[in-house]
Amino acid sequence: MRLKARLMNDEEVGRALRRIAHEIIERNKGAENLALVGIHTRGVPIAERLAGLIGEFEGLTPQVGKLDITLYRDDLTEIALQPVVKKTEVPFDVHGKRIVLCDDVLFTGRTARAALDALIDMGRPAVIQYAVLVDRGHRELPIRADYVGKNVPTSHQEVVKVKIASVDNADAVELHELEP
Amino acid sequence: MATVQIDLPEPTRERKRNLLDFADWSEAEVAALFDTADVMAQVLTRTIKKVPALQGFTVGTLFFEDSTRTRLSFERAARAQSADVISFAAGGSSLSKGESLKDTLRTIDQMQADVYVVRHPAAGVPYQLARWTDASIVNAGDGRRAHPTQALLDAFTFRNRFPGFDGFAGKRLVIVGDVVHSRVARSDVELWRLLGGEVVLCGPAPLLPPEVAPGVRHSHRLADAVEGAHAVMALRLQRERMTSGLLPSVAEYVARYQVTEEVLRMAHEDALVMHPGPMNRDVEIAGNVADGPRSVIEAQVASGVPIRMAVLYTLLVGKR
Repeated sequence: MRLKARLMNDEEVGRALRRIAHEIIERNKGAENLALVGIHTRGVPIAERLAGLIGEFEGLTPQVGKLDITLYRDDLTEIALQPVVKKTEVPFDVHGKRIVLCDDVLFTGRTARAALDALIDMGRPAVIQYAVLVDRGHRELPIRADYVGKNVPTSHQEVVKVKIASVDNADAVELHELEP
Repeated sequence: MATVQIDLPEPTRERKRNLLDFADWSEAEVAALFDTADVMAQVLTRTIKKVPALQGFTVGTLFFEDSTRTRLSFERAARAQSADVISFAAGGSSLSKGESLKDTLRTIDQMQADVYVVRHPAAGVPYQLARWTDASIVNAGDGRRAHPTQALLDAFTFRNRFPGFDGFAGKRLVIVGDVVHSRVARSDVELWRLLGGEVVLCGPAPLLPPEVAPGVRHSHRLADAVEGAHAVMALRLQRERMTSGLLPSVAEYVARYQVTEEVLRMAHEDALVMHPGPMNRDVEIAGNVADGPRSVIEAQVASGVPIRMAVLYTLLVGKR
């Protein structure tokens, strides 16, 4: 893979996350009854960051859960290599909660579809919303995000890489190109 | 068929084809299977105890020997992942009419199962079946040879008992009783050694295997065997061993080899008591020990479904 462009730097990622945190508060009229659920792997630090920011702005920090969607993927009968199953840790009852699913990149929409199924198997949330740092297009399912950091038109030969400070040392969004 | 685009590179591994014994399994592969079983155990605690992971896969249970519990456990493990299950109780079927094993399999294979869970009274049958079919094979017990999922759930139970478990190296398992007739014991020894632990086999000479495997010690005195042990596993004493002349009497066996509180005082202070079941209470194990604070016998039973879920997941996902 070859680095093609840096789409967002540290400052821009920080600004986008702060804006999304404000939008979440505005849309949900506060942080009451709110919980964030990050999709493994990069959705988790994003959910944690957003929860911290919401706490800072509202004085009430929403709970954070971690969701692994491997067991809900729709391609398990098709693939050749086996994805490693990670732990789902949602330490609260989702029933009646306002849940914001968090992920780094929205692409085909299949991960979000799987995450919805995984979440609904745990109970019946009042609302599920969807926040992503990057929407790169190419949807294969009727899914859209409620909160988007940046819309990036991409081709199928490109890969969007998101780095989050708490796990990657610095925030960044990069566009890479697969070698032909 | 359209394959799904994976949004980002992610950790994956090569699929194992069969679980016959542990000869072709590595320590890392077993550790990964245990991590998967942790997730499966968590699935079984939810309100909806089912995930769609194995939707579209078919699991065939092929039992040439009676075993309700193991079969039910595998069927539950399959259904909890949305797989379809077909069950062949082969005992009363065409084999008794003289059909060969190969022809039986050929017929059953027309049902297009992706994995067969096989139990057979003769050692080696699952290996033979694996050569005749493209489906995966899980050995659910063949003769006295192997019963790998029982060994997996035993080791998994042990691992989960200690928060921050630091591995099997230096951990000593003592297996007491009728080792020579036990496929469970053979698989336990094989797996425990693979994971880096030590094993002591204890019992009267006619009930211990004549050969001594590397890293495995034999003992005829329970008190010596148990000294410093981290897990003590009692095996069921089958009554027919008396009538076949291998043992003089139950009373003598009980006096020398029953796992009692007194015996356990010689073991490591955190030692666990295990039993693969079914249990003859107050024969190979004292009733108060089986129910006591060190007993993980119930946890062993509870580990059965998540371990078998992990085995099916590991063999099936990535198969096509």
